[in-house]
Amino acid sequence: MAEQFAALIIVVPLIASLFVPVIGWWKKRLCYPWVVAVLIIPLISSLSILNTVMTTGKFSYRLAGWAPPWGIEYVLDHLSAFVLVIVSFISLMVAIYSKKSVQDNLPEKTVPFYTLFLLLVTGLMGIVITGDVFNLFVFLEISALSCYALIAIGEEGAPMAAFNYIIIGTIGACFYLLGIGYLYIATGSLNMADLANILPPLYDSKVILVAFAFFTVGLAVKAGLFPMHTWLPDAYCTAPSAVSALIAPLMTKVAAYVMIRLMFTVFQPHFSIEIVPVFTILGWLAVMAIVWGGIKALAQTDLKRMLVYVVVAEVGYIVIGVSVANRLGLTGAILHIMNDAVMMACLFLVTGAILYKTGTREIHQLSHLNKKMPFTMAAFTITALSMVGIPPACGFFSKWYLILGTIEAGQWFWAAALLCSSLINAVLFFRVIECAYLKPMEPAYAHDGGETIHEEIQRDEAPFTMLVPIVIMAAGVILLGIFSGKIISSVIQFAVPASF
Amino acid sequence: MDVLYSSRPLWAVLVSMIAAFLILATGEKNRNIRESWTIMAAVAKFLIVFSMVPVILQGKVIEYTIVTFYPGLLLQFRIDAFGMLFGVIASSLWIATSFYSIGYVRGLNEHAQTRYFFAFAMCLSSTIGIAFSANLLTFLVFYEILTIATYPLVIHKESKEGIMGGRKYLAYTLTAGCVLLFAIAMIYHMTGTLDFKAGGFMADSGGSSAVLIMLFAMLIFGFGVKAGLMPMHEWLPTAMVAPTPVSALLHAVAVVKAGVFGCLRVILFVFGPGLLHDLGVWLIMAYIASFTIVVAGFLALGQDHLKRRLAFSTINNLAMIILGAALLTKSSMTGGIIHMANHAFMKITLFFCAGALHVKAHKDYVSQLDGIGRQMPLTMGAFAIAAIGLSGIPPMSGFISKWFLCLGALEANQIIFLFVFMTSAMLDVAFFFPIIYNSFFKKPLDDVTPHFDEAPMFMVIPLVITALLSIVFGIVPDAFFRFFSMTSLAVQNILGVG
Repeated sequence: MAEQFAALIIVVPLIASLFVPVIGWWKKRLCYPWVVAVLIIPLISSLSILNTVMTTGKFSYRLAGWAPPWGIEYVLDHLSAFVLVIVSFISLMVAIYSKKSVQDNLPEKTVPFYTLFLLLVTGLMGIVITGDVFNLFVFLEISALSCYALIAIGEEGAPMAAFNYIIIGTIGACFYLLGIGYLYIATGSLNMADLANILPPLYDSKVILVAFAFFTVGLAVKAGLFPMHTWLPDAYCTAPSAVSALIAPLMTKVAAYVMIRLMFTVFQPHFSIEIVPVFTILGWLAVMAIVWGGIKALAQTDLKRMLVYVVVAEVGYIVIGVSVANRLGLTGAILHIMNDAVMMACLFLVTGAILYKTGTREIHQLSHLNKKMPFTMAAFTITALSMVGIPPACGFFSKWYLILGTIEAGQWFWAAALLCSSLINAVLFFRVIECAYLKPMEPAYAHDGGETIHEEIQRDEAPFTMLVPIVIMAAGVILLGIFSGKIISSVIQFAVPASF
Repeated sequence: MDVLYSSRPLWAVLVSMIAAFLILATGEKNRNIRESWTIMAAVAKFLIVFSMVPVILQGKVIEYTIVTFYPGLLLQFRIDAFGMLFGVIASSLWIATSFYSIGYVRGLNEHAQTRYFFAFAMCLSSTIGIAFSANLLTFLVFYEILTIATYPLVIHKESKEGIMGGRKYLAYTLTAGCVLLFAIAMIYHMTGTLDFKAGGFMADSGGSSAVLIMLFAMLIFGFGVKAGLMPMHEWLPTAMVAPTPVSALLHAVAVVKAGVFGCLRVILFVFGPGLLHDLGVWLIMAYIASFTIVVAGFLALGQDHLKRRLAFSTINNLAMIILGAALLTKSSMTGGIIHMANHAFMKITLFFCAGALHVKAHKDYVSQLDGIGRQMPLTMGAFAIAAIGLSGIPPMSGFISKWFLCLGALEANQIIFLFVFMTSAMLDVAFFFPIIYNSFFKKPLDDVTPHFDEAPMFMVIPLVITALLSIVFGIVPDAFFRFFSMTSLAVQNILGVG
C-alpha cells in the first residue's frame, strides 16, 4: 500500500492543479476547499510512508514499472520520508491559511494562484521523493517556475524581484544541469543509487570534480547561501503573504536537502570530505551568511524584511551542520531543517496576519498588538523565543546538536558564529516584542491620558482560518522541542549516512 | 545510594505551570479566583516538595526521567539534599510572597496583574526545576526558562527605566546562557555525561588543565551573572525597578540563588573540591568572591534608594555563599549552604519591608525614613530583626552561617578570608543600623503619621512571619524545614566522595 502512496504524493497535486482552472471557471470560491482537500492526501501519504519506512526500512517505487537505472525511481528512506512530512504538512497549513489573504489581496488572481500553489508543492515534493538526478532537475524547475510566477503577483516591486530571481535561479539551475551532464558523460547513468555504485573508482577524474563543483554552486544559489543570496530578500519580501509563508520555510530547506542527498548519497562522504575540501569553504560561507544575515536583519524596520534576512542566516545554520561532516552536526542540520521550517512558517504566517489586520509591517507601528491580537502575538513570542534558543522550544535542540557538531570538528569559530547568532536573534525579536507588548501609544493618540487607552483597545484577532495554522505551528514549536529526542532516535539517526 | 523513582518532582514543577495557565485563562475580571490559583499552587507546591524531605533525610535520592534525547543526554530530575534545600527555600517563601503580592499589587492598583501572576508562577516552576535538576542540561533548560519568565516582571512598569532595565537584564543573562550552552556542550563532548555527582566528575575527563580552567571560568561566568558576582553584577541594582515582591522573591531568593546554586553545583558537583584544589583555581575564585563582598558592601553604603541598598547587600551575601563553597572546607561549605536558607529568609523580610514602606508611606529612600518606626512599628521591627541578623549578630540565623564561614576560613588556613567576613559584618552594620536608628529614634518627618498606621495585613503578616522565622532558625537551625540536617547531609555527600 505504501508504495502506491509514493506515487499519489506527486500525482494527486499535479493532476489537481490542472483541475483548478476548471473549478475556478465554474465557481471561483470552490478553489480554496479543493486545494485544501487535495493537500490532505499528500500529508496522509507521507505520514504513512514515514511509518512504513520506520517499521520496514527503505523502499523504492518504480514509475510505470520500469526498472532502474533506466526508469525513474522514487526512493523513500528515512531522510526523504522525513522531509516529505515537513513539506506536506507546511503546505497544507499554508493552504488553510491562504483563504482570507487571497480573497482580499488577490481577488482577480485566485485561480492562477491556487494552480501555481499546487504546482509548487508538487515540485517541492518531487525533489524530495525522486531517486534520479535528472528527474530532480525537472521538479526543481517545476517548483522554481511556479515560484517565479507566484512571487510576481505580489506587491509593488514584485515583478522586478521575480525577474532578478528568474535570472539567478536559472543560472543556478543551469549549473545543476551542467553537473548532471558531466556526470552522465562520465558514467552513463542518472539514477542516484546507480551513480553511487559507479562513481567511486572515478573519484580522481577531473570531470567528476567539475560536476561536483557545478552541483555545489548550483545548489548554493538555490539555497540562498551567502554570497549567492542576493535574489532572496527582495523575492521573499515582495511575494504575497501566503506565498512567502510557503517558500521561505520550504524552498531553501529543500535545496539544503538536495545538498545532503548529493554529497552523502550520490557521492560518498569520504569524497565530499577528503577529496574535495568543499566543506571548509561552505562552512565559512555559512558563518558569513549568519553574520551578514544577522547584521542586515538588525538594520531593517520592516518586520517581513527582517525575517527574510533571518532566513538567510538560518540557511547558514543548516550548512554549518552539513559542513562539520560528523554525526552530531548532521543530526543538528536535519533537525534544524524541520525546526526552522516550522519556526519560519509560523513567523511568516504571523507577519501575514498582522499585515492583513493592521495593514502595516513596520515594527514601530505594532504597539498594543498584544491586546488586539493576543493569540497571534503569543504564537509569535513562542517562536521568537525558539529562534533565540530558549528551551524547551525546538530551536534550542537543533542549536545544541549543531554546537556539539562544531565542537567535535574543532571548529571554534563556527560555534562562536552560532552563539552570536542567538544573541543577534535575541536583539531582533525582543525589539519586536517590546514594540508589540510595551511600546506606549504614539503621542497623537495618547493626549487623553495613559490609563484610558488600555480600555479602548478592542480585540481584533486574525480570522479563524489564519489563526488555526498559526496556533498549530506555535504548538508545534514547543512539541517538536519536547519530543526532539524521540524524533532523533526514531527517524533522524537513520537519516544520517551510516558511514558516520 | 538508594534511589527512589517517583513522579513527585515532576508534579512539583508542573503544579505552578498549570496554575500559570489557569491564571491566564481566568484573567482580570475574576481576580479573586485568579489569586486563589496562585495561593493554591503555592501551597500545593510546598506540600509536594516538603513531602519528599523525610525521604531525602534518610539519605535517599528521588529520581524522575522526563525524556531521554541521546545516551547520556536526558532531561531528568534527581533530588539530593542540596537540591532539596533550595527547593524548600523557594517553595516555602513563595507562599509568603503570594499573600504579600496580593496586598502589594492591589494596594498600588498595579496594571497587568494577570501577566504579573502568570510570570511569577512560571518563575517558580523553573526555579524548582533548577533545584531538582539531575544534570547540567536539565539545569540549563530551566535556567533559560527562568531568564525569560523573569523578563516580564522586570519590565512590569513599562516605563523607560523599566524597559532599559529589562534590556540590560536580557543582555547579561542571555549572553551568559550562550556561554553556558557552549561550556556544557564542551563538557558533554569530553566526558559523555552531564550528571551532577557529589564530589565532581570532571576529574576523569582527561582534559588538560588549561581546558579545565577555561571551562570552569565559563561556567562560573554563566552562573555568576545571575548570582551577581562582580564584575557581572550591574543588572541587579538596575532590575530593582521591578515591583517589590519581584525583588523580594526573585532578586533575593529564586533568580539570584539559582545563579548561586549553579555556581555551587559547578564547584562541588561538576568539578569537585579535589580537582579544584589541584588546579589551584579555588583561591582565585575565593579572591573574586571576596572582592565582590567588600566592594558591594562599600557600594551599598552609598545608596540612598532603599531597594538599591538592599540589592548591593544581596550581592554581598551571595558572594559570601560562593566564598564559602570556594574555600572547600567542611565548615565553610556548611556555612555557605546554610546561608542560602538564612539569607533568603532575612533578605526577603527586608524587601517585604521596603515594599510595605512604598505602598503605605510612598517612601523609597533611606533619607525619608526618619521616625517611620512610630507609624509602622511591625514593619520596621521586622526590618530591624532581619538587618541585625544579616550583620551576623546572635540570636538571629545570620550568626549561624557567619560562624561556620569564619571557622571554614580558619580550617583553610587563610586568615585573610576571616578578615573579609569580619569586614563584611562591619559594613552590614554600617549600612543597616542608620536605617534602624533613624526610623525609631529620630524626630518624625512632617509626612509621617505619628501613630500606628500599618500597611495592609496581607503584607504585614508575611513579613512578620519571615522575620520571626529568622530568629527561630538562629536558635534552632534545624526547626521546621530541617535546613541544617539537609546542609550537613549535602556536605557529607560531597566530602564523602571527594
